[in-house]
Amino acid sequence: MVASAFDYVAAGSYDEAVRLLASSGDDAKILAGGQSLMPMLNLRLAHPELLIDINPADTRPPSVAGGVLRLPALTRHRVLIEDDLVRQHCPLLADAVRHVGNVRVRNRGTIGGSLAHADPTSEIGGCVLAAGAQVLARGPDGERAIPAQELFAGYWTTALDDGEIITDVLIPVARPRQGWSFHEMVRRTSDFAIVAVAALVELDESGTAVTAARVALAGVADRVTLADPELAGLELAGLELAGRASGGDLDADPDAAVAAAAARIAGRLEPSDDVHASAAYRRRLAEVLTARALRQACARAARAARAAGAAGAAG
Amino acid sequence: MNKRQIMLTVNGRDHEVWVQPSQTLLDVLHDELGLSDVRYGCGEGLCGTCTVLLDGEPVNGCLTLAVQAVGRQVTTMRGLLGPGDTLHPLQECFLRRGASQCGFCTPGMVLTSLDLVRRHREQGRARPSREEIRYALVGNLCRCTGYTKILDAIEEYADLAAGQ
Repeated sequence: MVASAFDYVAAGSYDEAVRLLASSGDDAKILAGGQSLMPMLNLRLAHPELLIDINPADTRPPSVAGGVLRLPALTRHRVLIEDDLVRQHCPLLADAVRHVGNVRVRNRGTIGGSLAHADPTSEIGGCVLAAGAQVLARGPDGERAIPAQELFAGYWTTALDDGEIITDVLIPVARPRQGWSFHEMVRRTSDFAIVAVAALVELDESGTAVTAARVALAGVADRVTLADPELAGLELAGLELAGRASGGDLDADPDAAVAAAAARIAGRLEPSDDVHASAAYRRRLAEVLTARALRQACARAARAARAAGAAGAAG
Repeated sequence: MNKRQIMLTVNGRDHEVWVQPSQTLLDVLHDELGLSDVRYGCGEGLCGTCTVLLDGEPVNGCLTLAVQAVGRQVTTMRGLLGPGDTLHPLQECFLRRGASQCGFCTPGMVLTSLDLVRRHREQGRARPSREEIRYALVGNLCRCTGYTKILDAIEEYADLAAGQ
């Protein structure tokens, strides 16, 4: 199909885009990478009068300062995969984005556009939740920070005000003794996830016990969802990672505790049936993938702790 | 909406065209400039038949507006032809291996795999493995070949390119 006619204006800055948006109201849409919006226009699921193209507004690359990885809203998916700063400071995201779309979608798609689109099966949405990210939004009243946990409000709906635009995503950099993992189930590579799980696990100073575990799930609700940290955390807290002391490969990883945490997390979910999968299947997937993700994140955290310990001893 | 006049640089040549702001790059290349090697497939960015290179990167022609291509280099498969319309070595590999049957997906396959091989070379990596080629082509659908011959052709070209 062909989109209904609309007008187009290129915004040279975020401030200009905010002004244009304010003066055109409900009839305008922001165009970032266009890999979700343009299909909606081609399918006539959306009928804006005006597209405000923010691609000329921002050319900043990812940067790191003060323990925060700053990803400008127009950071393309390909950059998330390939950029050294992203790979070093948020390997979870760099890995997960490999599952998004295809080469062409990743060349154009942006992190800000993806988050603003708020697809409930979004891999990127899951990652920013697990990573405890914040989103900077600019509107007529200035700039504000929105915790990722408060950003998603329902199917393709965010907490952004009508006149607001995402300009940056701020992610706390990966810490020593932290491990990550991303798993998803799809019918075909590049499809929207049926269920996706992103997990971050952190170990204590001794590198033997889990102090924090954050698990985010996509495809199990009307929005990407952060599991109650207590469900993941309490079950794992104090967990002994037996393989670590002997320098082993964590074969003795905490299977029972991980399984229990995954079961608790999945048990709380209330996914719905749709054409892709039944609610029961989604819940089952959530449990299996959460267990896999926690297990792998624990193993990686233990490896990171050993490396940090060795570096400390050498220093 | 009012049409506007824009300048598009396609396969190294400048074209002045009148476009509606809502016209996609695919529509303008195919309908206005007569480039039949850029094709409408799904309109959602899933199938790859409208693939063009924008400043060297594969993008969806159906999800890019023509006005967004102003000041950029647009390359379609036709732009790969040598003097006297000689085929690009990758196209030769497609022919030799029987990787093109009805031909509808071929331009997208060729442009996407060319980008893959070029990237590997520029980044000093080994030529892409069969698995890496498969991954790069998940968004390019072929309903004829069953893909095996396409992978064969791209592997042959990757070996050729690595030997140069």
